[in-house]
Amino acid sequence: MDLRASEEDDRFRAEVRAWLEARLDGEFRHLRGRGGPGREHEAIEPRMAWERELGKAGWIGLGWPAPAGRGASLWHQVIFHEEYARARAPGRFGHIGEYLLGATIAALGTPEQQRTFLPPIVRGEVFWAQGYSEPGAGSDLAGVATRASLEDGHWVIHGQKIWTSHAHLADWCFVIARSDPHEKRHAGLSYLLVPMKQPGITVRPIKNLTGTAEFCEVFFDGARTPADHVVGAPGDGWKVAMATLAFERGASTLGQQIGFAAELDAIIAAAKQRGADRDPELRRRIVDAWTGLRVMRSYALRVLDHGARGELPAAGLGAKLYWSNWHRRLGELAMDVLGPEAEVIAAAPYSLAPLQETFLFSRADTIYAGSNEIQRNIIAARALGLPK
Amino acid sequence: MFYFAAVRFAFTDEQDELRRMVRRAIASHGGVESARRVMLDDGFDAALWKTLAHELGLAALAIPEAHGGAGLGWVEIVAVAEELGRAVACVPFLSSACLATAAILECASPSQQADLFPAIARGDATATLAWLEVGGAIDPGAIETTARPAPGDHVILSGKKRFVVDGATADLLLVVAKDSGGLGVYAVPAGATGVRRRRLPTMDATRALAEVVLADVRIPASSKLGTAGWPEIARAIARAQVALAAEQVGGAQAALELSVEYAKVRHQFGKPIGSFQAIQHTLAEMFVAVETARSAAYHAAIDFDPISAAATGVYCGDAFYRCAADAIQVHGGIGFTWEHDAHLFFKRARASRTLFGAPNDHRDRVAASLGLGI
Repeated sequence: MDLRASEEDDRFRAEVRAWLEARLDGEFRHLRGRGGPGREHEAIEPRMAWERELGKAGWIGLGWPAPAGRGASLWHQVIFHEEYARARAPGRFGHIGEYLLGATIAALGTPEQQRTFLPPIVRGEVFWAQGYSEPGAGSDLAGVATRASLEDGHWVIHGQKIWTSHAHLADWCFVIARSDPHEKRHAGLSYLLVPMKQPGITVRPIKNLTGTAEFCEVFFDGARTPADHVVGAPGDGWKVAMATLAFERGASTLGQQIGFAAELDAIIAAAKQRGADRDPELRRRIVDAWTGLRVMRSYALRVLDHGARGELPAAGLGAKLYWSNWHRRLGELAMDVLGPEAEVIAAAPYSLAPLQETFLFSRADTIYAGSNEIQRNIIAARALGLPK
Repeated sequence: MFYFAAVRFAFTDEQDELRRMVRRAIASHGGVESARRVMLDDGFDAALWKTLAHELGLAALAIPEAHGGAGLGWVEIVAVAEELGRAVACVPFLSSACLATAAILECASPSQQADLFPAIARGDATATLAWLEVGGAIDPGAIETTARPAPGDHVILSGKKRFVVDGATADLLLVVAKDSGGLGVYAVPAGATGVRRRRLPTMDATRALAEVVLADVRIPASSKLGTAGWPEIARAIARAQVALAAEQVGGAQAALELSVEYAKVRHQFGKPIGSFQAIQHTLAEMFVAVETARSAAYHAAIDFDPISAAATGVYCGDAFYRCAADAIQVHGGIGFTWEHDAHLFFKRARASRTLFGAPNDHRDRVAASLGLGI
């Protein structure tokens, strides 16, 4: 146990850093710090252009095997994400396409699907949305009611999805739908790849409590997609959907932490500026946030390292619960550090300052991608083997 | 604030084997039962220590090979400390093999190391660091024990030390005292004239703490370790904090395992209590506390710096306390009995949080390193 970055790792880091600095000091300089959770409404078109820039340089699909990707090692992926966050490069508009759908197709798609869907993702040209949750199926995902049937070589889809990020801007959506009306729960679901720009689909953005919209409602009213646009066998959609969720935890979490570090730095600066650090309680909460972030990093590195060796699959099951609650407390700490001034927003009618966005948006952190309660259920069942 | 390098966490085969050997050795002495046998006497399980030190060489892990040690590092130390923590073992590993060894490494000259280390490495003698005093403040300004020059190239030590880990059984006391140069560390044989020591009666009976009175103890001036001052002493203590953090992880893991096993077999309302979400969610939070604390302790061992060690110590101390407290709650009435092991972990957890000073004092050290506070 030990081992620091190799010379080769350092070389790769220098390459990533130089590329990012050149772009973000040049044409894309106004994109630093834009986008990301809670700020997905910012600079949409320029961020799409940035995705194409990333694609041209080969930074998308870094860890996928050739020919689709570059087959980079886990550590190179970690380095890329760290440098990306460190440079305050914009929130990845292509996140869902690359890390959820792309990773799933790279692992479980047919060769034909890999040839069709991966290259446009790698080029940064095509954007995806995730059609999982429904009004009646949030934590209980197996309760989806959206249905799909095969007619004339096409899937025909009826139903409704909700909390679908970027649906109003996405080109494609991967949809969990019930394809076998005679099966129940986890059986009889299919994982379908559906083009968004078609008459059978209506999208309605949802304004959330921060005053902006990045989640949407999506209505399917006879939407169509070719019969072969199903990942895994028809009826096997649950397994594929769970595989996608597993890809959500990966090297990109290390980059997320660098973003958290920037937020914490802003809070520390505000505390010094306001003298809030003279309050022993606030000072110690800041220290606990700092320590908590270091612990988060240690935890992620340990889990990634073991994961790369196929060891300790259960140890990492606490990651989502840990980061989301840490981040929510950080938002609360930011407000307490700012004191009464925390209340005044950046501009009327409802433009928030960054720390206010952290505070308000982090209420969602413990709900999406498996709520606190679901995370604890998962740990109880899979890590601890507790009975139903 | 972040260190941008990918640290690798997997233990080597040799390190894993060391851990397995320690676990087997403790089990062969009865595990937690071994602690129960000695905890209300001198709190020193000599039989277990003989196995660990003489057969497995644990006393010598971090001592350089040139001085009869194994020449290993803190990665091995944390693996062993974690195993000892699982059994609240009553052996002077933390005091002698971690704290005192780190103090000698940080402070002593090469010739002093050659003089002091071989007996410690063989397990023939144990040592400890006596630094805290009444009140247990970690501020070096709180140290009132003095070392004043005496005729014949001697010094005279006067003062009272408290919370000295294994201080009533150690053969060598490394005493932190004020002298003309500030603070220094003095190697005092436990049998020296004027040394009076007694085990403090403590709630946590599994860790023996002592009060050591130095009533004009006259020792050669050459007993001062090197020219070290507070920075070196603080580094040694921080090293020991990492070992303690790993020990706390082991204790937290044991508390979690006890609780999970009990929740699977204890039935109420016709079902195992582990099927109820209220219990499941408590256990899930314990799991997260254990896994995050373990990651932090390992990371602090691989990539040591005193501030991270302090932060890690606070985090792992809180994690252990939470797990040990919840273990009693999950066990219900049986967890409140003397007979059940839950209280041994709970008391060890509380005591360990303040073993090297109060958590908020350590938080303030971290705060100062971030430029926070006055």
